[in-house]
Amino acid sequence: MEKVKADIDYKNSVISIRGLRKAFDDFQVLRGIDLDLYQGENLVVLGRSGSGKSVLIKIISGLLTPDKGDVTVLGKKVNKISDKELQELRIRIGFSFQASALYDSMTVRKNLEFPLVRNRRHITRKEINTAVETVLDAVSLSQTINQMPSELSGGQRKRIGIARTLILNPEIMLYDEPTAGLDPITCIEINDLINEVQQRYNTSSIIITHDLTCAKSTGDRIAMLLDGQFQRVGTFEEVFNTEDERVKPFFEYNFIQ
Amino acid sequence: MDTVTNSPAPAGKGRRTLKRRLADFFVSLYRVNQFILRFFKEAFLPPFELKETVRQCFEVGVRSFTLISLTGFIVGVIFTKQSRPSLSSFGATSWLPSLVSIAILRALAPLVTALIAAGKVGSSIGAELGSMRVTEQIDAMEVSGTKPFKYLVCTRVLATTLTIPILATYTAFIALLGGYLNVATNEGTSYITFMEQVFEPISFLDFTAAIIKSVVFGFTIGIVGCYQGYYSTKGTEGVGKAANGAVVTAMFLVFVEEILIVQIVGWFR
Repeated sequence: MEKVKADIDYKNSVISIRGLRKAFDDFQVLRGIDLDLYQGENLVVLGRSGSGKSVLIKIISGLLTPDKGDVTVLGKKVNKISDKELQELRIRIGFSFQASALYDSMTVRKNLEFPLVRNRRHITRKEINTAVETVLDAVSLSQTINQMPSELSGGQRKRIGIARTLILNPEIMLYDEPTAGLDPITCIEINDLINEVQQRYNTSSIIITHDLTCAKSTGDRIAMLLDGQFQRVGTFEEVFNTEDERVKPFFEYNFIQ
Repeated sequence: MDTVTNSPAPAGKGRRTLKRRLADFFVSLYRVNQFILRFFKEAFLPPFELKETVRQCFEVGVRSFTLISLTGFIVGVIFTKQSRPSLSSFGATSWLPSLVSIAILRALAPLVTALIAAGKVGSSIGAELGSMRVTEQIDAMEVSGTKPFKYLVCTRVLATTLTIPILATYTAFIALLGGYLNVATNEGTSYITFMEQVFEPISFLDFTAAIIKSVVFGFTIGIVGCYQGYYSTKGTEGVGKAANGAVVTAMFLVFVEEILIVQIVGWFR
């Protein structure tokens, strides 16, 4: 499916990162990052393995704390708010994990219900069923409702993982390597789903990947993370129209080989 | 070719390692303390995970039931059999039921139950939470605005704390049954006489101490299993370590607590 031009509000940034630094022991992963994600935008963060892409979205969602810098999400400074405020903020952020992180001991239905019943305590059974059916329909996996995660394929697990985040109607989606380990056809389906989520749920998203096909087909803007900093930020063409020896191999490997 | 040297580490390096180990030890003590405090903070505040707690109680009971039944019975039979020669040497085999009941109710039932539960339940909690940690399931719960600590840790610790005293009581009865079968076969003692002699030397303090002991053991097994699993790292290797650490640490602590509780109860006797 061709990427439809998104309706992006460039005056309204939903995530704003300034001077973000993070180190593990002596290794500086992020070295002063500045970034804005605008309302309605799909921003792809590209970079090599171990370059700190996943660390970045874990800091945004409050799973990791930065050493320095500010991360403002939907007007709240993630590293300076109380646990209760962080919990409330997280409901507005969807996080799709690289390995899907489905709860092994629960069926697909229970996986989807889990965040819903715990965040909306007074929700009725009928409303729960409707919400579950709606998100399963959105990811085209209604038939898997009573299956266990171990019975699903890699692509189906990714979709259910995305459905589980959509059930809370998030304003921001964070995708960690959405196409990693999937065959090319399933990758295309996942890319289409990411675009569909952007259109249907009006979300703003950060997509972490090193798959350029995914970057090209889902990203409104690309940010290239190299040596702990964003070296190039722009459209796909702007980022890869360069002679930079650190950037060129990405393009050549993905599209020439 | 690589050469292997067996020269001792420099003294300065050794001191640094020792310092680091000591620091790690105190850091982990602090973390355990925080973990226990967090349990008390979250377990008794709404919303309660009642359904999951009941499910976990059932899991703890079911997981250990067969093994506890078998072990309890064997302990009763063996203890009675092994005690007989000593008592018969000065013609006191009629004291056998009293001796068996004191040993079982005061010490063996809570201890055997706790050790079996540490092996069966503790390891399974450690492995389960450890695998949830390394496959990011705990992170997934956290980012979806739910409280994984309440759902995963509080429910399991409450389940072991509530269920292990019940299992210990059951173990005591099964062990006494084993003891009775042995006594009845050898001495021809009737069931009623056996039971009268069993309860004669047992005081209210013995019952209370046994129950308190089981509650403490249950809490320890739950907390240790959950702590090891919740903070496990390093992939599948970490899961194995969490399961192993849960069993070894819980068993060690159970013995330490046994000594302490026996001492404290002794002051009241």
